[in-house]
Amino acid sequence: MQVVLFHLMPYADLDLEAGREHGTVWVNLPNSNFDPVKGHRLYNRYLDELEHGEELGFDAIAVNEHHQTAYGLMPSPIVTASALARRTKRAKIAILGSALPLREHPLMVAEEHAMIDVISGGRLISGFVRGIGAEYHTFGVNPTFSHDRFHEAHDLIVRAWTEPGPFAFQGRHYNVQYVNLWPRPYQKPHPPIWIPSQGSKETIDWAAHPDRRYTYLQTFSPANVVQRYLKMYRDTCTGFGYEAEDRQLGWAVPVYVAATDEAARAEAKPHFEAFRNVFLRMPVEMLLPPGYTSRESLKNVMKAKAAIFGDITLEKSIELGLIVCGSPATARKAFEAYWKDMRFGNLLVLCQFGTLPADLTRRNMELFAREVMPAVKKLASNAVPA
Amino acid sequence: MAFGQRFIDVDGCKLNLRRGGSGEPLLYLHEAGGAPAVLPFMEKLAERFDVLVPEHPGFGASDEPGWLENMHDLAYFYLDVLESLELRGVHLVGSSLGGWLALEMAVRDASRLKSLVLVGPAGISVPGVSPGDVFLWSPEELARNLFFDPALAEKMLAQPVTPELLDVSLKNRHTVARLGWEPRMHDPFLHKWLHRVNVPVKIIWGEADKILPVAYAREFKRLMPGAEIDIIPRCGHLPQAERPEEFCDIVMRFAGKG
Repeated sequence: MQVVLFHLMPYADLDLEAGREHGTVWVNLPNSNFDPVKGHRLYNRYLDELEHGEELGFDAIAVNEHHQTAYGLMPSPIVTASALARRTKRAKIAILGSALPLREHPLMVAEEHAMIDVISGGRLISGFVRGIGAEYHTFGVNPTFSHDRFHEAHDLIVRAWTEPGPFAFQGRHYNVQYVNLWPRPYQKPHPPIWIPSQGSKETIDWAAHPDRRYTYLQTFSPANVVQRYLKMYRDTCTGFGYEAEDRQLGWAVPVYVAATDEAARAEAKPHFEAFRNVFLRMPVEMLLPPGYTSRESLKNVMKAKAAIFGDITLEKSIELGLIVCGSPATARKAFEAYWKDMRFGNLLVLCQFGTLPADLTRRNMELFAREVMPAVKKLASNAVPA
Repeated sequence: MAFGQRFIDVDGCKLNLRRGGSGEPLLYLHEAGGAPAVLPFMEKLAERFDVLVPEHPGFGASDEPGWLENMHDLAYFYLDVLESLELRGVHLVGSSLGGWLALEMAVRDASRLKSLVLVGPAGISVPGVSPGDVFLWSPEELARNLFFDPALAEKMLAQPVTPELLDVSLKNRHTVARLGWEPRMHDPFLHKWLHRVNVPVKIIWGEADKILPVAYAREFKRLMPGAEIDIIPRCGHLPQAERPEEFCDIVMRFAGKG
C-alpha cells in the first residue's frame, strides 16, 4: 500500500460567514475576501506541512488544481509541485491533477510535468482531470467540449512524452506542426498517470482500458460510493480480460486522529464542517454546467440534490465514511475494514481540511504517521490469508 | 388558425416542424427556451402569413446531429431548409438566440429572404455591457429575469416539471451551451459582415430586458443604421410572449406591407 499526503491548500483564514452568506466560495466570491499577507503565511505553512510529510514517511505528497476559489489556493499545481521537487529528496510528488481542458495548450502541460519529472529525478506522478464544473464558468471553456478536449489533450501529452520528435499532431481542438518535447520525461515510458474522479462510468471505462491501466482515485465520497466505483473499475478490467492490480485503485479521504475518539471528534468538528458545508458548497448550476456530465448523471444528481447540497455534520460524515476520525486504534480498524471491502492500493489522506489550524494539522499528521500509517502500509492483497 | 406538425429530413437531421396559416412564408426561429408549443403570437401571425416554426436541431423533438458544433453550422443548415422547402420571399423572425441565427443566415445568403425581424437578438457583444448569465442562474432566477411582469414568471414557475419536460429542457440547455457558452452568445466576427444583410430589418427590444439589456439595441442600430427599431416599454426579453398583440402589430405593419 502506498500512502499519500494530499493537500488542498484552502484559504483557511476565510471569513466563514461571508462564504456562507454568499452561498459559495467558488467563481464569484469577491476576491477582496483574500488577504495576500495571510495568503503568504498559508502557502508557506502548507508547503512546510507537505515537506514534513516526507520526513514522516509518506510515500508521496500530493497537490491539485483549482481556480478562483477559497476551497484551494493552487490554480497552478505546477508551482507547488516545483517548489516541493527541490525541497524533498525521496517522496514522490503527485499532481492530482492538471485540468487539461482548461489549459490553452496541452503541450505546456506535457513540458511542465516533464520538467518536474526530470528535476526530481523521476519522482513525479502525473494526474489528469477535467476541472470541476465551476471552473468552466470561471474560464469560459465550453463544457460541452470538455470530454473531447480532455481526451485529445491526453493523447497529445502521452504521445509527446513517448514518441520521438519532431512529429505533427492533428486534432479537432489542438494542431501542432512540431511536437518535439525538451525535456523528455525522466521516467520510462512516462510518469505514472492517475485519474482522480468523483465517480463516473465513462471515466472508469477509459482509465481501465488495457492500453492505459491508469490508477483511478475516488475522491471525497461516502465509503459505499467509493466501494461501488472501485468495484466497477475492477469489473471493467475483468470485462477487458485482465485483473486489476491494487495499485490501479485509490481512495482520497480526510483523516483526523487524536488521543481519543472524543478528542478527535471535538477537535475536527468545526473545521471539517467548514470544509463540507462552506468550502465545498455550490449551487447545482455551478457544479454541473451543461455537457460537463451526461444528462443521465445530471438527472441523478438533481434527484439527490437535498443529500448532496444540504449541510452535513461530522458525526454523520464519520458514519458515511466521508472522513476517518478517531483514536489511532479506531482509525486503524476503520482503514482495515474499508480496505477489506475496497482493496485500494493507494490511500490518499487529507490531514488538513477547511479551517484546521497549523498545530492541529501537524499533530494529526504526526499521530497518523506514527500510529496508523504502519498498519495501513501492510495492507496488501498478497498478505490476505487465502 | 390550426397548425400542423410533421418531421422533415434535412442534412440527415430529423427536424420537428409546425406550420400553420397562409400568405407569404414567415419562418420563426426560436430562442434558447425552444418552441415546444404553438403560442398565441404564432396563431395571430398565421392569420396573415404561412408560419413555419421548427424546433432547431438539438432542441425539443428534433435530432441532435453530430455535426452541430456552432452557430455557423446551424445557419448553413437553415439555408438548406429554405432550399429544401423551396421557400422564397421569406420573412425571417428570430428571437434572442434565434435572432443571432437569423443574422448568421442573412450575412451568408439573403437571396430567399424578404425581410428580417430580430427580437432581442444575441450575436454581438457590446463593450462594457454584460449579458445575464443564463447558465449560472437557477431556474427561478431565470424565470424572474425573463419577464417584466412578475405574474408571467410565477406562471412559468408554477408549471409542473414532468420527466419529459425535464429531458427536453436539459437537451435544449446542452445545445444552447454548445452554441453560445463561449464567446458568450455571440460571434466575434459577425459584426464585420452585418452590412451584407440587404433586406429590410426591424429590431424589437423589451426595454426591461435583463438577459440582453437594451444597450444592445443601440449597438445594433449603430452597426445596422438602416434598421428600424421599436423599444417596447414595460417588457422583458420575450416581447412575443409578454406583449403578443403589440409584437404582432409591429411584425404585421413591417412585414405585411407587401
